[in-house]
Amino acid sequence: MNFVNAIIQGILLGGYYAMIACGLSFMMGVMKIINLAHGSLAIVAAFAFFLLAEYWEINPFLALLLVLPLMAAVGWFLQRGILEQSARSGALVPILSTFGLAIVIDNTLFEYFGADTRSLAPFIGSLSYDSWSLTNDIYVGKLAVVTFVAAMALLGGLQLLLTHTPIGRAIRATAEDPDTVELVGINSRAVNAISAAIALTTVGIAGMFLAMRATFDPYAGPLQLIFAFEAAVIGGAGSLWGTLAGGVILGLAQTLGAQVHPQGFLITGHAVFLIILFGRRYVSLRDVRMILGSLLRQPA
Amino acid sequence: MSLLSVENLDVRHGLLQAVRGVSIAVDHGEIVALIGANGAGKTTLLRSIAGAHPPVAGVIRLDGVDVTHVPAYRRVSMGIALVPEGRRLFSAMTVEENLLLAGASRRKGEWNVERVMEAFPMLKARRSALCGSLSGGEQQATAIGRALMTNPRILLLDEVSLGLSPHAVNLVYASLDGLMASGATIVLVEQDLKRALRVATRVVCMLEGRIVLEGRAREVTREQVTQAYFGLRRDHAPAAESHP
Repeated sequence: MNFVNAIIQGILLGGYYAMIACGLSFMMGVMKIINLAHGSLAIVAAFAFFLLAEYWEINPFLALLLVLPLMAAVGWFLQRGILEQSARSGALVPILSTFGLAIVIDNTLFEYFGADTRSLAPFIGSLSYDSWSLTNDIYVGKLAVVTFVAAMALLGGLQLLLTHTPIGRAIRATAEDPDTVELVGINSRAVNAISAAIALTTVGIAGMFLAMRATFDPYAGPLQLIFAFEAAVIGGAGSLWGTLAGGVILGLAQTLGAQVHPQGFLITGHAVFLIILFGRRYVSLRDVRMILGSLLRQPA
Repeated sequence: MSLLSVENLDVRHGLLQAVRGVSIAVDHGEIVALIGANGAGKTTLLRSIAGAHPPVAGVIRLDGVDVTHVPAYRRVSMGIALVPEGRRLFSAMTVEENLLLAGASRRKGEWNVERVMEAFPMLKARRSALCGSLSGGEQQATAIGRALMTNPRILLLDEVSLGLSPHAVNLVYASLDGLMASGATIVLVEQDLKRALRVATRVVCMLEGRIVLEGRAREVTREQVTQAYFGLRRDHAPAAESHP
């Protein structure tokens, strides 16, 4: 029963990882930019939700209406003011400038908010600790389920946007060939800025769930970045459904690892990430299917 | 007034000057064939007209409006469409998506996905196929269709027959015939001299970045073009200036 519980909790945890990986994966896959300030920007959003709740008593879900446009504007500025400028100096420079941006954000937040840890949990009623019971032994947290469903909706929505809308087509085409896209009448700079705005909007949503789920402080960004990065890479950078799968694999690895040994949570997660990262170089998905297929054909 | 006029255009690739003081005017309904050896500056000239390669000197006008410093994507909505060398399709997208993409910022006009399918029947069955999986001829048809989706006033075709089988070239040109007959304004780069002389109303021959021969397709002879192509008789050069 313990293992069944660990698997269920692992899958739900995976939804949370997919949620925080969404914006990172979108920027990696579509814009070919690794945003090292991703975690720190999620913390910025978390503080925005916290301030709105603390001082104006605005429910976090309602505050989405205020914070998401703000994050979209941050994304626009990030692309126009930082990434586009630095991309002119070479492919590596945007990555370095997001690294610098992360340091600036973390320390600025620390300057204003100090080392206190905060959480949105007090502002959302009983959502953060309530649960549904599946059986006598297994309970699932309401917030974890809400997070998982929201992650699926977000990733699915983004996928639909990319495949079925004019702006989605323009985003994909710009990612593939920014010069040619201009020749068919599309302003690639504007498209990239819109992409960044969309990515940062999802970071805003991720920031809210992060802050509802646990506590955060000005230096919590880099740890979020690691989990997001692992989920995005396991799922195959840029594939949005892959990101959900990547999050679930990471969540499962962690909860199952914790079953084996109390300290196995983080270690197993990192180990699975590394195994998949390096394994992919030598073993293709087709090989895995073939091996699994031949194993299943063996008489029991 | 000419639909497109280029005056004293200089275009560089770094230290290499690819286009040297080129002036050319294209009227409504004209089909101009640009001829010249590799490296003569034809592609650079077309890319510069489309806005993909900024010139260092000279003026480009569309219908009298100076577009020299207008970005490429805005020139599309003004009516200049380039079918780039090597087709440059978005290979991870379907034929229909490639067409719709270009239709997004369209000028008003008659072209839509259905009309492109009618003009290039070979695309009908491949409508939902990824462009990366198409044959060369199908890719070229998609690239031309994509340019047409913007309802251009002037269509720039760069080496449409490059890398295609003779049969595929015939199919593509058969589809272009209807377009040419309908009075479209086209500037095309074509290596096949016979074909260029057949479809074009005017021939412009470039050598080392300059125009060395210009004349009505009916009036220039194969020999003249061949000589200009290889730079055998430089005294043909004044022909460029003598044309109205």
